[in-house]
Amino acid sequence: MEGLEGTLAELRDTFKSGRTRSVAWRKSQLRGMIEFVQENEERIFQALDQDVGKHPVEAYRDEVGVVAKSAKLSLSCVEKWMAPRKGDLPLVFFPASAQVMPEPFGVVLIMGSWNFPISLTLDPLIAAISAGNAVVLKPSELSPTCSSFLAENIPKYLDPKSIKVIEGGIDVCEQLLQQKWDKIFFTGSQRVGRIVMTAAAQHLTPVTLELGGKSPAIMDSSSNPTNMKVIAKRIVGAKWGSCSGQACIAIDYLLVEERFASDLIDLLAKTIKQFYGENPRESKSYCKIVNKNNFKRLLDLLKDPLVEASVAYGGSVDEEKMYIEPTILLNPPLDSQIMTEEIFGPLLPIITLDDIYESIDFISSRPKPLAIYAFTRDEKFKKQILSRTSSGSVTFNDTLLQFLCDSLPFGGVGQSGFGRYHGKYSFDTFSHEKAILQRGFFPELEPRYPPWNSFKLHFIKLAYAFNYIGLILLLLGLKK
Amino acid sequence: MATTEEGKTVFDVEAANVLSKELRDVFASGKTRSYEWRISQLKSIVKMCDEHEEDIADALRQDLSKPQLESIVYELTMVKNSCTLAIKELKHWMMPEKAKTSLTTFPSSAEIMSEPLGAVLIISAWNYPFLLSMDPLVAAIAAGNAMVLKPSELAPASSSLLAKLLPKYLDCCSIKVVEGAVSETCALLEQKWDKIFYTGNGRVGRIVMAAAAKYLTPVVLELGGKSPVVVDSDIDIQVATRRIIVGKWGCNNGQACISPDYIITTKDCAEKLVDSLKKELEAFYGKNPLESKDLSRIVNSDHYARLTNLLDEDKVSGKIVYGGERNEANLRIAPTILLGVPQNSLIMKEEIFGPLLPILTVSKIEDSFDIINSGTKPLAAYLFTNNKKLKQQFLMSVSAGGVVINDTALHLTVHSLPFGGVGESGMGSYHGKFSFDAFTHKKAVVYRSFVGDASVRYPPYTRGKLRLMRALITGNVWTILRALLGWS
Repeated sequence: MEGLEGTLAELRDTFKSGRTRSVAWRKSQLRGMIEFVQENEERIFQALDQDVGKHPVEAYRDEVGVVAKSAKLSLSCVEKWMAPRKGDLPLVFFPASAQVMPEPFGVVLIMGSWNFPISLTLDPLIAAISAGNAVVLKPSELSPTCSSFLAENIPKYLDPKSIKVIEGGIDVCEQLLQQKWDKIFFTGSQRVGRIVMTAAAQHLTPVTLELGGKSPAIMDSSSNPTNMKVIAKRIVGAKWGSCSGQACIAIDYLLVEERFASDLIDLLAKTIKQFYGENPRESKSYCKIVNKNNFKRLLDLLKDPLVEASVAYGGSVDEEKMYIEPTILLNPPLDSQIMTEEIFGPLLPIITLDDIYESIDFISSRPKPLAIYAFTRDEKFKKQILSRTSSGSVTFNDTLLQFLCDSLPFGGVGQSGFGRYHGKYSFDTFSHEKAILQRGFFPELEPRYPPWNSFKLHFIKLAYAFNYIGLILLLLGLKK
Repeated sequence: MATTEEGKTVFDVEAANVLSKELRDVFASGKTRSYEWRISQLKSIVKMCDEHEEDIADALRQDLSKPQLESIVYELTMVKNSCTLAIKELKHWMMPEKAKTSLTTFPSSAEIMSEPLGAVLIISAWNYPFLLSMDPLVAAIAAGNAMVLKPSELAPASSSLLAKLLPKYLDCCSIKVVEGAVSETCALLEQKWDKIFYTGNGRVGRIVMAAAAKYLTPVVLELGGKSPVVVDSDIDIQVATRRIIVGKWGCNNGQACISPDYIITTKDCAEKLVDSLKKELEAFYGKNPLESKDLSRIVNSDHYARLTNLLDEDKVSGKIVYGGERNEANLRIAPTILLGVPQNSLIMKEEIFGPLLPILTVSKIEDSFDIINSGTKPLAAYLFTNNKKLKQQFLMSVSAGGVVINDTALHLTVHSLPFGGVGESGMGSYHGKFSFDAFTHKKAVVYRSFVGDASVRYPPYTRGKLRLMRALITGNVWTILRALLGWS
């Protein structure tokens, strides 16, 4: 505890000294970040393979590439983002100027997650750095190889006076959350999100919570057979192709009309074999389950006899290898755990409906998810989905891409979280937008000052309504 | 809804639960989302302000003895202005914003769609009981939400007037008012809301945020703090003084979140400043300020006792250089200036929120920044200076919700500036479009087709795919071309 308080005090002094605020510092750190991922790419791939069995392609696509891209964007834009923005001022204030000036919050805490242990720690770190903060980074202990890799190497590439990596488990998290931070950025589960926000409330610390939920995919009938093959690839890619379903924006479950269900299952099965071969356990392109707890949790979802009976494909496991086969279920009971909790694993329930339009009520009667994916060409259906459901994002005819668009805010709503980042939203998330109004001493408007009378009241009313003609008339004695 | 012995209905947790469900159902029906509904509500608010100007000013007089001009200008006109702006801009605000997409996701198009959060809770404050209830309400309406307003019980006349007027003018199924005190507020805080907007103090702000945490509800907390005024030498001291006075005593007699709380100036300037303040205070409020109709009274006896305690503290009582008169029966304290109070006195530790103005002195004006930064971040910070360098230093080193140079309080009337705090002074902001945004979820939407499906995305993964993936992620056309041609 003492060590932590000492570390925090050091960071506070560093921030106070103004060191992290200069453009030069921010750019040097961003360059350091780019060097870090480029020079250590192989070692990062190895660490990710060790922790979650990630293949280098996935590791590049979802982790190293994301970090490099984000750092490069911030590097090229940070000066622009730092510049104060002018605000419109009504004439009545003339001469004056209004601006919004972004400034760093101060000393911030970033809590990363285990499923993307590199990008979900370093991307928020890039955000905090570009906004000029001092940072404590707490990688997830459930991805221990990546965590210690970061702890060992970040200080070699980034400013150790301003950016600290603190490793540890629940007890370390608890200690961290007792401290006063100027901002907390948390990626993880809803349960821990509540704990983080409750702790933040004690110090009135603003938070960004990137959580999860049950992200549904909807598939209607408006696609032809060729497109169906592409849809199947995108669904399989979005379920099993990103950390084996252990991703906040993975497809959690699928909604489809009854009459298409069995063909869809066949097509998905075929695509799974195409991607992972006859025996996905041996495939190097398939991630493992992160640890025994999550493995057990996922198996428990299948224990319910009615759920077990609904398994239509897959279902085999290998505990030693932390392997669960890509599994598809058809209509497990809606009140079963697999349909009420976020799955976060390689199990895909397919729920059939009589009419695909029912999917809208289905989704909107449940907690708001982080993402909704809809495969449809029906423009009316698209509009309904957009206006009658709420989610962090909606993607039509594809999956996961919203994560790669820097111009789109990435974040949840309702139970899937609040706050957002990526692109400039990253910079904004770690900045306080300070309003600045500047005036001169001249001219003076006498009616601003007491003692009050009806003329002054009239004057101020007109001024507030920006009724300049009225003001002139009043001053000329022509308005009563 | 429970019933008391006298047969009155009590707004308890069960009642709050029913209310929140009702609002959720109304919201789910889609009623509050239409442009027409929002505009009709906003126009009705303007009508309500116009038709009941006297009643509202009267309620404010009862609650705070608020001068007519302050009621009309700072409460009514500001609300009407917010409505007028929202009515004018709403179509534009509601439109989705196009977002650029890069080669990485080609071909695709993207936009950001604004959607209401749902059923929201607005908890208002007692010092501007009309403005701080209605302005967030206007924001929530413009953004298309259903809402419940809990006005402050410390301004009872305004609270009951709002409870009476809002159902008459607004859609009472979607916009509810719940009157009450701590237990009613707690009952509301036990429910799940899609957003909570709270104006008040840090102590209750913590309670609100902790309650919100249970449901992962985002919050806006408009709190307060000790807003400092730094007064440099070489300025037009009369203008500065008048602007400080009107920002302090002219705003609800110092009972405003952005009132100048204390002044810091150099030892040399202090005397001149005090003399100027005395002169202008007399010009504004006369020789007998306890009788002036242009000053609000202290809201209630608790706050009166709190303020007189600040004055009566041993370290401080001898430092009064002007004012100090009080009238307990009328809950009045005259504009009071103190010079040279110790930094560890109560009056320098808590937010004053009243008509007492301590002046601290320093040798060099730059020393004032350390004093300000040794405290928590305030809602507003003010600087009077003609020195460009000092101004730059101030802007760079003093963090506050908002900063005004050479004036006070005005920034809250500028719609292009976000109004909100940082650190202890709060989180989130509103006014102008920031109001609409405060109650809106910005949903990211990506449109894709089936053309252009890069197999590099899919397993089985190979090192070759890695090369192409690398190029695709950068989004640079030449890198992609080279990778496709096998040149990288």
